Amino acid sequence: MEFLKDLWSYIRGRRKWWLLPLIIILLLIGLLIVLGGTSIAPFIYTLF
Amino acid sequence: MTILGISAFYHDSAAAIIQDGEVLAAAQEERFTRIKHDASFPVNAIKFCLQYAGRSLNDLDAVVFYEKPFLKFERLLETYYAFAPKGLRSFLLSMPVWIKEKLFLKKIIRDELNTIEKTDKRKLKLLFPEHHLSHAASAFYVSPFEKAAILTIDGVGEWSTASICMGEGNKITVLKELNFPHSPGLLYSAFTYYCGFKVNSGEYKLMGLAPYGNPHDVQVKKFVELIKKHLVSLNEDGSIFLHQQYFNYATGSRMVDDAQWEKLFGIPKRKPESLPEQSYCNLALAVQQVTEEIVLNMAREAKKITGADYLCMAGGVALNSVANGKIHDAGLFKQLFIQPAAGDAGGALGAACAGYYIYFGRERKIDPAKMDALQGAYLGADYADQDVLMMSRKYNAPYKHFDDEDELLSKTARLIATGAVIGWHQGRMEFGPRALGARSILADARDGEMQKKVNEKIKFRESFRPFAPVVLMEDVSDYFEHDDVSPYMLLVKPVKKNRQIAFPDNFQSKGLLDKLYYQRSDIPAVTHVDYSARLQTVHKETNRRLWKLLQAFKRYTGYSVMINTSFNVRGEPIVNTPEDAYRCFMRTRMDYLVIGDFIFDKKDQPEWKEKEDWQKEFSLD
Repeated sequence: MEFLKDLWSYIRGRRKWWLLPLIIILLLIGLLIVLGGTSIAPFIYTLF
Repeated sequence: MTILGISAFYHDSAAAIIQDGEVLAAAQEERFTRIKHDASFPVNAIKFCLQYAGRSLNDLDAVVFYEKPFLKFERLLETYYAFAPKGLRSFLLSMPVWIKEKLFLKKIIRDELNTIEKTDKRKLKLLFPEHHLSHAASAFYVSPFEKAAILTIDGVGEWSTASICMGEGNKITVLKELNFPHSPGLLYSAFTYYCGFKVNSGEYKLMGLAPYGNPHDVQVKKFVELIKKHLVSLNEDGSIFLHQQYFNYATGSRMVDDAQWEKLFGIPKRKPESLPEQSYCNLALAVQQVTEEIVLNMAREAKKITGADYLCMAGGVALNSVANGKIHDAGLFKQLFIQPAAGDAGGALGAACAGYYIYFGRERKIDPAKMDALQGAYLGADYADQDVLMMSRKYNAPYKHFDDEDELLSKTARLIATGAVIGWHQGRMEFGPRALGARSILADARDGEMQKKVNEKIKFRESFRPFAPVVLMEDVSDYFEHDDVSPYMLLVKPVKKNRQIAFPDNFQSKGLLDKLYYQRSDIPAVTHVDYSARLQTVHKETNRRLWKLLQAFKRYTGYSVMINTSFNVRGEPIVNTPEDAYRCFMRTRMDYLVIGDFIFDKKDQPEWKEKEDWQKEFSLD
């Protein structure tokens, strides 16, 4: 949560709105990689 | 108010602690872990700083990290975007590391701090000033100036590669910045790479190689022209523009495009560890000349836009003592202050200062009786007699203890005067890359053979590398064309004219080793092949014992100057503890070890045995 708050204040402070979708996608991919290594993996794969 | 500063995760991690504006302690992690340029989270350095300050993590008002990770990530993304599709491989390699770790630096820092001591997340404030602001703060706030221009130059932080700031009281105003990929530090590192040295550690070797270049050779002039025409444009306002088609660092893992450089300069990338041929010496001289021009232009711009009388400097390029000497010679400013840990390690100190003065807005007090607020950079760990005795028992190492300091120093001075090489371990360890007489190897500068002996048989390093002199502050102008302080070995100046021995007419056509072993002055071991010396003035107020040793040496020899080189072998961090010192002493051909009030004579020591080849312990730097 603290991370998201910091990220938001950085984007707002720097007015780098165009980076937001890029960072979100990268974070989602990262999340997928992390979760892919756990027991949740089979449920993720059925989504695709 | 107590603040801890940290630099980590790139190279040379370090910690520093300040309390009510006083710099209490600062140390690099490598000195504890014995891994050169250790970039890991500085757990040991932090523990040392806390212990020295008598504080726990929960007593701190803030922990300040030396740069902003989000801003760095922004630079990476925008750089990849600008160069796409070039750099895709590098992008795919670096992104997982950022997404999994580096973006979550705040959490990593908290987790690491929790391994030292359980901290209260809500209470412990974590701050992140910008990289170049940390450098600027590390130089200005500890300087003796109420008002000064600040010039920071390095490879790259977040976006900035150089900045000009104005410091006044407790405020720093950023006036100008140069942004990535246009970087004086990266330009120098590119040549470091091409001349066969390691980037981020071999830059000072390139600086040491440059004087072997022949300034009268047309090849040097041609190289300078090629650099300015194809690689870098120098602008009137001090900024530079690097032509990226010749470089590879923005999107790849190498500094330059080797094939293009070979075509441009007509020589291939030098093989590491080979004796540098004249063309590489000339190339080193050419880039040194261009770097000096860049740095001088930036200093002129700083003078122009600030009108300040004084200049503070930090950032890795501020360790280029030859360029610093040129700024000093130009007389643009009444006085220079160059922060001794000018590289990223010093960012820890700057981060702590930035937290204290900028974030908390505390008043800045300057003690006019002191040269600066750094206590001679002796900010590291100190060891008591008990530690020395424990070490001597562990190794069955016989010693002689001196109750009388004058007797100890007279004996040491006599030993140096008769050709002995001394390991010198005294008081608190230095902060920064230079040994300044607390963890040093000392020898006689008058001995022409000493440079070869210390380089090859004690330091096990390249024979071409020069040694720096330590000289009594009171006598500096007797030996060098310099009449000012240089306490941190960050100014290069010529040896006094009347001490120089003229070179024969064919000197410049001689090979590197012939030049090296030519008697250049009456203090040949600290006179480089262009008569220059990277000098350190020794002050009674900051290092009384070394000052007294030089006085004793002067009584025996008439000379108050000696060789001072770092107490380590090639690839090893400078020694920290008495045990590190004894180990290094026994592995090399040093003759005596002086730790505190103890002298260890090599002849009396038991035979040194190690299970494995210790030289494999340290990778070559």
